[in-house]
Amino acid sequence: MDTVFLIAAALKIGVFIGITMSFVSVCVIFERRFSAIIQDRVGPNRTMVPLSILGFKKDLALPIGGLTQPVADGLKFILKEDFTPSYVRKFFFWIAPALVVVPALLTMAVIPFGSPLELDGHYIPMAVADLNVGPLFIFAIASLSVYGITLAGWASNSKYPFFGGVRSCAQMISYEIALGLSIIPVLMMFGTLNLGHIVEYQTHHGWLLLPLWGEGLELQRWILLIPMAIAFVIFTTSIFAETNRMPFDLPECETELVGGYHTEYSSMKFALFFMGEYAAMVVGSALIVTLFFGGWSLGFGIDQMLPMGEWWVSLLHIAVFLAKVTFFILFFILVRWTVPRFRYDQLMNLGWIVFFEAALINVFLAALVIARPSIGTGGFLGGLALLFVVTILLIKIAKSAADKPSHSTI
Amino acid sequence: MATIKVERPKLSAGEKIYFGAIFKGMLITLRHAYRSLLGKSTGASDLNSSGIGITMQYPEQKWDHQLPEYYRGTPALVTDEQDRERCVSCQLCEFICPPKAIKITPGEIPSDNEWAKVEKRPKEFNIDMIRCIYCGMCEEVCPEQAIYLRPDYVVTGNSRKDMVHDKNRLYEIGGKRVGLVNKWNDLK
Ligand code: SF4
Ligand code: SF4
Repeated sequence: MDTVFLIAAALKIGVFIGITMSFVSVCVIFERRFSAIIQDRVGPNRTMVPLSILGFKKDLALPIGGLTQPVADGLKFILKEDFTPSYVRKFFFWIAPALVVVPALLTMAVIPFGSPLELDGHYIPMAVADLNVGPLFIFAIASLSVYGITLAGWASNSKYPFFGGVRSCAQMISYEIALGLSIIPVLMMFGTLNLGHIVEYQTHHGWLLLPLWGEGLELQRWILLIPMAIAFVIFTTSIFAETNRMPFDLPECETELVGGYHTEYSSMKFALFFMGEYAAMVVGSALIVTLFFGGWSLGFGIDQMLPMGEWWVSLLHIAVFLAKVTFFILFFILVRWTVPRFRYDQLMNLGWIVFFEAALINVFLAALVIARPSIGTGGFLGGLALLFVVTILLIKIAKSAADKPSHSTI
Repeated sequence: MATIKVERPKLSAGEKIYFGAIFKGMLITLRHAYRSLLGKSTGASDLNSSGIGITMQYPEQKWDHQLPEYYRGTPALVTDEQDRERCVSCQLCEFICPPKAIKITPGEIPSDNEWAKVEKRPKEFNIDMIRCIYCGMCEEVCPEQAIYLRPDYVVTGNSRKDMVHDKNRLYEIGGKRVGLVNKWNDLK
């Protein structure tokens, strides 16, 4: 452990957590303004910098009004009464919000924000922890956040939060599998689990879903696009479920469960749930960008022309990365205000019957495509035919399972 | 009663895949977002929109010309054509006011005054606009046609004291009312 490493790590932790938290507040303002214009409204546009409480004559209005809205929201949450009902299980009630936020922030550690910075001959990766098991780490930690939600539901000792907690638990399990399986084709192609290397690979060989330069111009990559696109769809949808975002936000389904798992929470404890959800959304977008859209790379072969390791290149790459993440956050928001909430049994069906099978088949499809050069066209076509038969069979089985009247008591 | 059995519609393969519908939905929401940014949302001009969506932004934009003629805003005192205070402080309005918003201190008109014949006028006349429910009872009960509900509705203040309209304020809002006003017909 040399000092450079320690100082760099401490700096990176501070900066990246800062970036994530400010992105959370950016998410809030985006969510509110974007949803407003979607619904032909204006949204919060008047929050000012309250100079008048400091003794100045007038409040300062920012050019785009409402930019300080997240600050106002945060202040409101802090100043509100933090009410703990008498009937809750105090310890778990208090620890649950933290259990939601901490995993979301922890997962940020392995995301590469920018290209490595050269300092004294060392290459400092722009991720807090340059782990060799990046995605696995994220899945392992991210799924811990369900403990927070379930504990919140249980500790509240009241029926609606309890329903929310149980729903969240079941939903998390059913989507975690699809989530894990869906990126296996991606990892098979990259041949590495290090997110930094994955991005590096995409810089040279074309983004996974946009192979327009480097090796990406070959036929093989374009055939590979099919399993990768399927993986992308399953992965993105599962991320929605994992972060409790709109089409899958059954744990906090307001129309049925009052407020879901956080019904009994108020003030900053509620705000922590809120922040946890948005932080998970930021991490989710960052992961999608890293795996499928080249992370921090500018693309189109521009990166090769830049002097790697210079500080301004790193900064540029961080900016590019954040721009892509912002795009996906906007996409998350757009989906939230477009797609209505699923019914619970539809959600379960989608997770267990559709996505699980699709992800599984997709793994084999990707394997076949990747093996195509070595097994020849004949073997490839034979494999495809076999896979097709298996798929049809699976669909049949899944259908008959879904059609059977259920005798469960729930 | 005849039973009508409603069948679930059979979905075609495309509809079952669901993504087409989601995509179409996104296009619709995006179009709404785009059009409301340009201020071209459906009905924006009819609703006098501020340029984003169909929303009118209140303190800057008002729709006062749309107020109906019978609109009941703040109650206010009026003077007649000779600038005489119409109110004779009979206190009927104070008694009728359901939320007890009106507080009147009656005063005598000195004998050297040109209106000494009227005998009384209010020394103080306060209407607490936090209490007032804009019911119009005061207007109805007043025998002297001295108090009217005006179309003003912007009553704001930073303290409770700001919200109490005193006599000067009430005359300022009310202004002059000329001639005999027939309260019970449409002319007002
Ligand atoms: S406003 Fe009318 S009712 Fe009220 S005290 Fe004056 S004269 Fe009487
Ligand atoms: S409008 Fe009604 S509530 Fe208001 S002052 Fe007159 S009588 Fe009282």
